[in-house]
Amino acid sequence: MNGAADMGGMHGFGPVEPEPNEPVFHADWEKKAFALNIAIGCAGIWNLDAFRFERESISPPEYLNRSYYGLWVVTLERMMLKYGVATPEEIAAGRPLAPPKKTPRPVTADQVATMIRHGSPYDRPAPSPALFKVGDRVRTKNNHPTTHTRLPRYARGRVGEVVRIVGCHVFPDSHSQNIGEDPHWLYTVRFDGRELWGEDADPSVRVAIEAWEPYLEPL
Amino acid sequence: MTHDHHDDHHHSHHDHGSDLTEMQLRTRALETILLEKGYIDPAALDELVDIYEKKIGPRNGAQVVAKAWVDPKFRKLLFEDGTAAIGSLGFGGRSGNHLVALENTPTVHNMVVCTLCSCYPWAVLGLPPLWYKSAPYRARTVADPRGVLRDFGVELPKDTEIQVWDSTAELRYLVVPMRPAGTEGWSEEKLAELVTRDSMIGTGLPKQPKDLQ
Repeated sequence: MNGAADMGGMHGFGPVEPEPNEPVFHADWEKKAFALNIAIGCAGIWNLDAFRFERESISPPEYLNRSYYGLWVVTLERMMLKYGVATPEEIAAGRPLAPPKKTPRPVTADQVATMIRHGSPYDRPAPSPALFKVGDRVRTKNNHPTTHTRLPRYARGRVGEVVRIVGCHVFPDSHSQNIGEDPHWLYTVRFDGRELWGEDADPSVRVAIEAWEPYLEPL
Repeated sequence: MTHDHHDDHHHSHHDHGSDLTEMQLRTRALETILLEKGYIDPAALDELVDIYEKKIGPRNGAQVVAKAWVDPKFRKLLFEDGTAAIGSLGFGGRSGNHLVALENTPTVHNMVVCTLCSCYPWAVLGLPPLWYKSAPYRARTVADPRGVLRDFGVELPKDTEIQVWDSTAELRYLVVPMRPAGTEGWSEEKLAELVTRDSMIGTGLPKQPKDLQ
């Protein structure tokens, strides 16, 4: 979707401001926001792509005005409502008003380290051979789906070169909509900076993205 | 997102005269609901924070880079199969199941960004700094990487090629900076002290031997 999250190439945000000796978290509520999201994310109620879709669905004015973990909290609240974990009345009350429909299976403290060490691989067996090979010239599609996609606006309708076949990976466009993992071949595609930003762009810059096969057409 | 890094300004309707911020109150509400309904084990929350505050951080990545500087066999494997090479040092898993190492050379400088959200190689660098997740970095890195480098005080020769990698999938990148001169014969442990977090994202360069004195 063309939401506020898709920021590549936007102007006017000012300089990047590194913070010397930055702590991992800046406030206790950020620790909670982080840990709650990771823990509930591992409970199998929703998947990461669905979470990202909900986060980028926050209206642009709100998205741009929230702090980073503020966005996590707002997204978590929206996901709890969307997936029936809480009711609007419970959110307003700040406490449960009825027990959960089925007994949850929370991630326990002794499972955390193993869960992190395993992560969640996104590669899957390939249903068909890869259409492209390294060195192929491809054009990204110029699509503007209102649902989740990982093809940034700045890289749509552009000609690039396949520089890596990553593997066959879960397709976020489908997975985020809860219609299955729908695995597709994933490639790293590299563009000349001038292809993306015009003739006046710095000729020494190249930009690469990961692109699933449905994002690409042969040249 | 840019004007206030630490907290959100707006105060909640529930905030009757308390000095808790909107975000403190909203987070507490969600936590209470999730805990009391049994979706969350409170000890698991503490464990998660402890691991990412104290155990997984850029020292992991620095070990990978230092090894790549001294061990040609490891270096070769690292650029052929980053996941396997980094896994052999015990790192991987969450935000690191699919890892690619990027080689800086005298002619190519690599930079990593996630324009769409905040994808970052947690397994080797820990959680990302605020600037990495900020709008200025996400917006400008793909269009004006040299300008972003200047914000970090880094100026590269005009003919150095800048290669930007936008992390749009579950692949995670680790930049392997060039080994500083004057470090011949150094141990991996000592070399790792030269490897900064930013040098593994591509917004900085490693420390020089004189910086350790």
